[in-house]
Amino acid sequence: MPINYLLPAFLVERDTNRCIKCGACARQCSNETHYKDEDLDIMCVHEERCVNCQRCVTICPTHALTIKRHEQAQPLSNNWTGGYIQDIAAQAQGGAVLLSSMGTQKNYPVYWDHMLLNASQVTNPSIDPLREPMETKVILGRKPEKLVVDEKTKTIKTPMYPSRTLGVPIMFSAMSFGSISLNAQKSMALAARELGTFFNTGEGGLHQDLREFHDNCIVQVASGRFGVDRDYLEQASIIEIKIGQGAKPGIGGHLPGEKINDEVSRTRMIPKGTDAISPAPHHDIYSIEDLRQLIYSLKEATEYTKPVSVKIAAVHNAPAIASGMARAGADIIVIDGFRGGTGAAPTRIKDNVGIPIELALASVDQRLRDEGIRNRVSLVPAGSFRCSADIVKAIALGADAVYCASAPLIAMGCHMCQSCNKGKCNWGIATQRPELTRRLRPEVASQRIVNLVTAWNHEIQEMLGGMGINAIESLRGNRLMLRGIGLNEKELEVLGIKYAGEVM
Amino acid sequence: MLRREGDIHIPSGCAISAIMDRSGTRHDGTDIIKSIALMHDRGNGLGGGFAAYGIYPEYKDLYAFHIFLEDKQARLEVQSYIEEKFKLEASEKLPTRKVATIKDAPLIWRFFVAPKPDHVKDEADGDEEQYVMNCVMHINTHIRGAFVSSSGKDMGAFKGVGYPEEMGEFYRLEDYKAWLWTAHGRFPTNTPGWWGGAHPFTLLNWSIVHNGEISSYDANRRYIEQFGYDCALATDTEAITYIFDHLVRQHGLSLETAAHIMCAPGWDEIDRMPADAKAYETAIRQVYGPCLVNGPFSVILGTGDGMMALNDRLKLRALMRAEKGDIVYFASEESAIRVVCEDAENLRAVGGGVPEIVKLYSAERGN
Repeated sequence: MPINYLLPAFLVERDTNRCIKCGACARQCSNETHYKDEDLDIMCVHEERCVNCQRCVTICPTHALTIKRHEQAQPLSNNWTGGYIQDIAAQAQGGAVLLSSMGTQKNYPVYWDHMLLNASQVTNPSIDPLREPMETKVILGRKPEKLVVDEKTKTIKTPMYPSRTLGVPIMFSAMSFGSISLNAQKSMALAARELGTFFNTGEGGLHQDLREFHDNCIVQVASGRFGVDRDYLEQASIIEIKIGQGAKPGIGGHLPGEKINDEVSRTRMIPKGTDAISPAPHHDIYSIEDLRQLIYSLKEATEYTKPVSVKIAAVHNAPAIASGMARAGADIIVIDGFRGGTGAAPTRIKDNVGIPIELALASVDQRLRDEGIRNRVSLVPAGSFRCSADIVKAIALGADAVYCASAPLIAMGCHMCQSCNKGKCNWGIATQRPELTRRLRPEVASQRIVNLVTAWNHEIQEMLGGMGINAIESLRGNRLMLRGIGLNEKELEVLGIKYAGEVM
Repeated sequence: MLRREGDIHIPSGCAISAIMDRSGTRHDGTDIIKSIALMHDRGNGLGGGFAAYGIYPEYKDLYAFHIFLEDKQARLEVQSYIEEKFKLEASEKLPTRKVATIKDAPLIWRFFVAPKPDHVKDEADGDEEQYVMNCVMHINTHIRGAFVSSSGKDMGAFKGVGYPEEMGEFYRLEDYKAWLWTAHGRFPTNTPGWWGGAHPFTLLNWSIVHNGEISSYDANRRYIEQFGYDCALATDTEAITYIFDHLVRQHGLSLETAAHIMCAPGWDEIDRMPADAKAYETAIRQVYGPCLVNGPFSVILGTGDGMMALNDRLKLRALMRAEKGDIVYFASEESAIRVVCEDAENLRAVGGGVPEIVKLYSAERGN
């Protein structure tokens, strides 16, 4: 056998004083990292197989296991760092495009960490969310620019567009059946129902078992058109056209045939075992006027009863594209930043294409205001909201609500090992193997998601109250509530915020 | 160097007061000065002012511009701009008297003007008020050293840096007769020393005296700036004025509905309403959410035919109302009413988020 030039990424340490050789680690690891040598009666490890999903560490009854980064000496070059050498070794061996999962590993600036929030002191009072109503309800959808009302009868004369109400300013972003398990989708559907918000089917169709959650369901129409039929559109509460994804702008998707089992095949409406290819563009959308046609086709098909959302990746020209989308009839504009997650993307794309969501959101919101059309549409950013403060900052920059996907996955058990593309997720999330997916119990996982979002919503309320605000619409676009720290002039200009210490 | 209002946001606390005779009978400024002077300690001498309605009956069909001018050059520029855009019927230096404590007063002129109809047609689609507003915005933004203190018909603002009672003396308010007087004493937390930054803030026939600091300011500002308003002063009062103007003049809503939008009922309350009312309130919050004014405020809005008092929906600022005969009083404190009308009746606090509209009898009949 030729030498494998790839180095193990992780070191698996076992405290033999603690280990009771129960073998749970070996049974639980789908990567077959752990095994028991029956002859010697010892637990052994193939550490090159470890992806650092922390499953064994978590379930070990005696806490005997520790996973560490495998600290091989790195080359003394600042240019040829270990990552590039390993990538070349892998490509020299396999000759393939490098694939990886979840958000980029590269150290780009995270602007959420360079913005600080305001609070009231003396000249206006902060508001105690335990004493006063603190409203975080959000309505998404197209709005008329002005209302004509009959003030005597208190009726609205202006026709209203279909809209949807969220109990919290947080929705779960698109993750398809195929890329994640049905149990993972069900967990989010259950949580969305309890929280009064929405989960998103992604582009993999809507499984029969999820149809009961139609009031909380966003269905995607993507370039592969998987699972799209009349019933699919009728089941949906919101229809989302997926043009692009933050983790892989400009390219499509590829779910390998081995993942297309009976259930996935039925849901995607493609033959079992065939590759599911989402083309890079929609082949019926080569221009903004084509997008308008698809938007109105979907509106016609559903008799103008549902909001139509359009999602694009955050790219350089996002503000102009968003403005075109608003004029083309999109009711909700979704911008997905380049730190956003994915079940699988070419590493080079994920690490090098697109722009941070903070900058894209700020410039899209400003552009829509410059054109006087911001109030007509809803604006939803996506792409790595890690905590409630990130969300508060996004709303202050101009978001109506946000899309989160990684956070609910982590709530379900994901430890961000970034190996979803291998299909062996030990947490039962990014896999279709029945022995793994049954580890994820929707009743339990959904409760964890509900707990997370409820906690975040409380934190949002605390921050709102501190700013002397008791309704989330008074934070929306309220950029004076933000100050930059460690940013240059241009970054402040794009974000439209002042520097810490500067007064209004 | 301290920057002036507009370059910088200056939070302030305040006293406000208003006296209106619903019969339209006009009274001089003595009582309003007495009322606002009683609340001397709610201001700090860095801003005071009055708005008066019904003061120019001889010119009641003309726009009366009160303009602050920092130097002669500004006056010449303003004069030539006005002559280009308007038919100038009369102009003069506003009469003032020397008051020992008032320093650095700018030149203050008043101009009585009628818009040139062909300009109105070409530049504002025949919408005269929109045309006048555009001209006011132009003077404030583009003519250095000039600021329009008021621009309505048969009304005017009299304001500056000083205690309000000193301003009353300076502007000789005993010489004016008005059916509505509003007053403001300011407690800014900074010393801009700029007369344009004092209250009331006005636009066309609107005038606002305001106590509070709104925490939704930038959400309100960034919404309203989509519709041709330039929030040059960076003050809450200015944003509130523009929201009223936008909702009432541009969107054709009543003052009451505009106030309702700014202090919309909570979702808890809306969710308990019958279906029709719920749909109405939901649509209002959905479309006009950016006009919701959050944070503590009490305002008195003067209009061409009356006034409105409004408190924030949590009632975080004081505002009292009382009546005597045809006269309605509002003030931050009860004592400021009692001092001019000891036996005022129906004294009560204005409710949180509940607009109180008072109209001239003649306007009520007109409805």
